[in-house]
Amino acid sequence: MASTKAERRIIPIKVEPRSTLTASEDATVHAVLAELKNLPGSLLPVLHGVQNRLGYVPKDAVPIIAKTLNLSRAEVHGVITFYHWYRSEKPGTHVIHLCRAEACQAMGAVALEAHVKAMLATDFHGTSPDGQFTLEPAYCLGNCALSPALLIDNQLHGRVTAQRFDRLIAKTGVAS
Amino acid sequence: MTTTIYIPRDSAAISVGADDTAKAIAAEAQRLGAAVTIVRNSSRGALFLEPLVEVATSQGRIAYGPVQEDDVVGLFAAGFLSGAGHALNLGLVDEIPYLKNQARLTFARAGITDPVSLNDYLAHDGYRGLRTALIMEPGAIVQCVTDSGLRGRGGAAFPAGIKWKTVLGAPGVRGTAPGADEDQKYIVCNADEGDSGTFADRMIIEGDPFVLIEGMTIAAVAVGATRGYIYLRCEYPYAETAMNEAIAAAYANNWLGRDIQGSGKRFDLEVRMGAGAYICGEETSLLESLEGKRGQVRPKPPLPAIKGLFGCPTVINNVVTLASVPIILDKGAEYYKNFGVGRSRGTLPVQLAGNIKRGGLVEKAFGVTLRELLYDFGGGSASGRPIRTVQVGGPLGAYIPESQFDLPLDYEAYAKLNNMVGHGGIVVFDDSVDMAAQARFSMEFCATESCGKCTPCRIGSTRGMEVIDRLVAGDQPVKQEALLRDLCDTMVAGSLCALGGMAPFPVLSALNHFPEDFKKVRVAA
Repeated sequence: MASTKAERRIIPIKVEPRSTLTASEDATVHAVLAELKNLPGSLLPVLHGVQNRLGYVPKDAVPIIAKTLNLSRAEVHGVITFYHWYRSEKPGTHVIHLCRAEACQAMGAVALEAHVKAMLATDFHGTSPDGQFTLEPAYCLGNCALSPALLIDNQLHGRVTAQRFDRLIAKTGVAS
Repeated sequence: MTTTIYIPRDSAAISVGADDTAKAIAAEAQRLGAAVTIVRNSSRGALFLEPLVEVATSQGRIAYGPVQEDDVVGLFAAGFLSGAGHALNLGLVDEIPYLKNQARLTFARAGITDPVSLNDYLAHDGYRGLRTALIMEPGAIVQCVTDSGLRGRGGAAFPAGIKWKTVLGAPGVRGTAPGADEDQKYIVCNADEGDSGTFADRMIIEGDPFVLIEGMTIAAVAVGATRGYIYLRCEYPYAETAMNEAIAAAYANNWLGRDIQGSGKRFDLEVRMGAGAYICGEETSLLESLEGKRGQVRPKPPLPAIKGLFGCPTVINNVVTLASVPIILDKGAEYYKNFGVGRSRGTLPVQLAGNIKRGGLVEKAFGVTLRELLYDFGGGSASGRPIRTVQVGGPLGAYIPESQFDLPLDYEAYAKLNNMVGHGGIVVFDDSVDMAAQARFSMEFCATESCGKCTPCRIGSTRGMEVIDRLVAGDQPVKQEALLRDLCDTMVAGSLCALGGMAPFPVLSALNHFPEDFKKVRVAA
C-alpha cells in the first residue's frame, strides 16, 4: 500500500565530513598503501606502516585504507580495534609499554604499576598531562628472567624499580 | 695484538645495560690505545649474569659479569684484556656450572656466534642439516623428523613429523593469496611467544636466526612448500631487526630464494608482525591474522595441514620446534631421540623466570625435575624467601605446589596432574604471593585476550573474575566456590580453543593447592 503524503519523511543523504588529515598525513597513508597494498594479507602490515610513521592510525585513514584494499570500513575498524597494539588517538611524545604478566608480578610489577601511574598521572591507555608519556599495558615482553620489564619507545629495560623508572623517565624527558 | 671482546646484543642483556657497557669498553680501549675488536654476540642464556662480557684469551673465553659501565675502567686497570683476576671474573665461560650442566642442542650456538653473521653460522655447523636434507627424498626427511620424536614445542606437543606428513600428502592449491602458485603450500613459524615466563623463541630469533631459517627451509623442502612466514609478536622489536638482517643475508648468499644453493628448490621467507593479541599464538587465529583479519579462532577441522593459510596446506610450528630440526637432520633422528624420557624425546629449553635468583635459559633433556631446575640451576628465589609455587607453561598453566617439585619434566607426567609443560616457561613465586589474586588475574587475562568467538571464554572469564571477587570477599563462599568450579568446568569443556579451555587450570590449581588464600577475609573476621 502506498504511503500517504503526510507519512512521507525525507531522509537526507548524510554527507561525509571532510577528512581532518593534514596533507602530510594523507601523503603518508597513501605512501604506505602504495608500498604494501599488494602483499598477501596486507592489512596488518599497512596498519603497522601507518602507525610506525604517524604514531597512530587516525580515524580518517580508515576510509582511505578500506577503499584501497577493497575492504569495508567496518572490516578495517574491526581489525584496528581487535589488536591491542593499534591506537586510534595520537599518543604522547613517548610510549611506555609496562608489563603486567605473571613473571613481572612475581618481582613487584603491581607496586611498580601503581608508582608509574602516579608518576605519570594517567591510567593505562592514557597520556600524562604534559603530553610526554602514553602508558600502555603489555602482557609479556620476553624479559622474564630480569623482571619487572618495560619498553620505552621500543627500548627494553629490565629489573625496573621505582627509582630506576624515575631515572629513565627523567632521561627520556630531557632527550625529547 | 687485537683482543676480541664479546658483549651480547640480546635484548635481555641490553635491558640491563649491555649497550652502555659496550660503549664504555670501546671508549676506554680507545683512551688506553688498546687494540680490541668488539663482537656483539648472542646471549649464553645465563641472564642473571648479564651483561656478560667475554674476553678471548689463549686459554679460551674468560667471562666477566655482570659488567655495568661503571665497572669498565676498573676491569681494564686489572688487566681483563689478558683474562686477569677481578671481582667480576667468572673464569672460563664454558666452565660456568649453570652452562656446563646443560644439554645444548637447539641452543648449540648461544653466546658463541654473532647472530647475524652467516660466516659465523656456517663455521659452527650451520646449514649442515639443510645440506643433508637437500639430497634426501621428501618422505625420508619427514620420516627422520618423525623418528626423532620431536613434538611441538609451542605447548601442544603434537608430533612434528605427523603434521609434516599430512602436509606432504595434501595436494597444494592456488588459495586466495595474490601471486600464489597453483599448487601452493606454506610454512608458517609461530613466533607469537605470548606466554609470560617464556623467552626461548625470542632468544633464538635474536641470537641464532639462521637456525630458524634453516629449519623452515628444511620443512619447505620436506613438504613441497615455496613460501614461508614468520609471525613475530610486535613486543619483540629487537627480534624483528635481527630476523630481517638474517633473512637479507640468507637471500644475498642464495640460502633463500628461487634456487637455493643450486638445488632447484625455491623458498621465500618473510617476517610479519603481530599486533599485541595473545590469542594469535593459537595457530588458526594466527593464520587469520596473517590473512589480514581479526585474529579469531577457526573451528577445526579442517586442519591447517590440509586447509591452512589462504586455504592452502600449511605447516605451522613454533620457533623452537623448527629450530630443532637442523640438528636432527645433521646428527640423525637417533641422536636426538637418545635424549629424554618416555614419549618426551630430545631436549627442552626451559626458561627460569620471575622470582628466581639465577634466571635464564636452561636447555636440558626431558626428565629433569622442577627441584633441580629451581634450586640447582636457579639457586632458589631472588628475594631469598621460600619458593611457594611455580607456574609452568604460561598464563594457562597450573600453579604447582612444592609437593610436586619432584615431578620429572615430561609431557605425560605433567598432563596426568592437570599441569602443563607448554613452552617450558617457569615463573617462580615466593611466599608473599596471594594465590587468590593470581587466580583472579588468570580470569582477567582471559577476558582481556579472548577473541570473543565462543561464549564460555568471552563471558565465562568475566563471570569468573566476579565470582572470585565474591568468594574472596566472603560472600556465601561455599556457594561461590561451587559456582566457580562449575564455571571452570564449562570453560574447559565448552571453549573453542586453549585460551578459554585452559585458563581455568591456573584458577583451579590455586583453589585446590592454596585454599587458605581464598579465605583470608573470614580468617580475619
